[in-house]
Amino acid sequence: MVKSDFGYNSKVEGEVIVTRADAVVNWVRSNSVWPMPMGLACCAIELMAAGGSRFDISRFGMEVMRFSPRQADCMIVAGTVTYKMAEVVRRIYDQMAEPKWVVAMGACASTGGMYRSYATLQGVDNIVPVDIYISGCPPRPEALLDGMMLLQEKIRQEGGSLRRTFRGRTIETKIVS
Amino acid sequence: MDAAALTSRFPATQDLAGKDMPTFRVAAGDLLAAVRFLRDEHGFDLLADLCGLELQGRPVRFGVVLHLLSTTHKEYVRLHVDAVGDRVPSVSSLHPGANWHEREAYDMFGIVFEGHPDPRRILMWDSYPYHPLRKDFPLAGIEVPFPAADVAEVTGQKVEPAPMMGGPFVSHGGKLSEGEPSALDQSWTEEKPKA
Ligand code: SF4
Repeated sequence: MVKSDFGYNSKVEGEVIVTRADAVVNWVRSNSVWPMPMGLACCAIELMAAGGSRFDISRFGMEVMRFSPRQADCMIVAGTVTYKMAEVVRRIYDQMAEPKWVVAMGACASTGGMYRSYATLQGVDNIVPVDIYISGCPPRPEALLDGMMLLQEKIRQEGGSLRRTFRGRTIETKIVS
Repeated sequence: MDAAALTSRFPATQDLAGKDMPTFRVAAGDLLAAVRFLRDEHGFDLLADLCGLELQGRPVRFGVVLHLLSTTHKEYVRLHVDAVGDRVPSVSSLHPGANWHEREAYDMFGIVFEGHPDPRRILMWDSYPYHPLRKDFPLAGIEVPFPAADVAEVTGQKVEPAPMMGGPFVSHGGKLSEGEPSALDQSWTEEKPKA
């Protein structure tokens, strides 16, 4: 028998699908990641390429780039984060609704990259929690897609998806049928 | 343009015999009048560039260099101005394009442009206490509080000197150059803190 999160046998259950809440919630979330392009430098060019028809990020359900943090659930930090911009990055992250994920795209966002200087934050993980780091300067669009698929995998494995902590409080979502 | 036109009108002007374009050292007090004279009477109607300058170990530490272009005569002229202390007159009343250039020169070198309509920093954040392109400023930076206090409180982040070890600006063969003291300050690393 195939190991699956979903149990469905039309002869036995008719129109009923048996599953776990986590599995179905994560399935929905992982296939409709709405990214917010936090394009700060050259990496953003590759991010744009990933949205074009050649690389076509929409194959993975992520083409809905939202420029408002309130409508996005994955911030792709693509570029050099200066100290002056770091404040803005954190504020935008705070404005995103839970659940939310962060992808650090490229050397600069991951570690400060080659900008070892007075003006550059040495890695965006100093101010926001990062889920996926993508290496490269810049990473090719394929690398971004690979990173985003890893993020999907990570989302699918999250437990307690109906329970989230936000600012130290635990928020429980109840399913009523 | 005839070099004598400027030097006879402004006797304090020195002809620096530029090899690529006419170059003059203009006294700070004459700057506005000279730029207006060049604009109105010699057609130098475009300010192509304005940059700050720090000359270490010379009597005058700061200066400004202006490149003016005549769009009718297709020629350039270059003006050097020595700052008086750290002050230079602003030419943004004559060439509005100077506005941001002067803000950048102020931000990076701390050159104060007298009469500038909006003398704020342009690249670093407003409360930043240093002028990072000065030669006595280490490339790695100096620890200061994070620009936004509320973000600093949540993240515990400060503006810290960047780690230089293994980075692209570290010289492995000793000193980079005597003329670039910020690059000399590479003696410390993550493992060997700054003395
Ligand atoms: S990692 Fe490279 S390509 Fe990306 S923002 Fe930094 S310098 Fe640009």
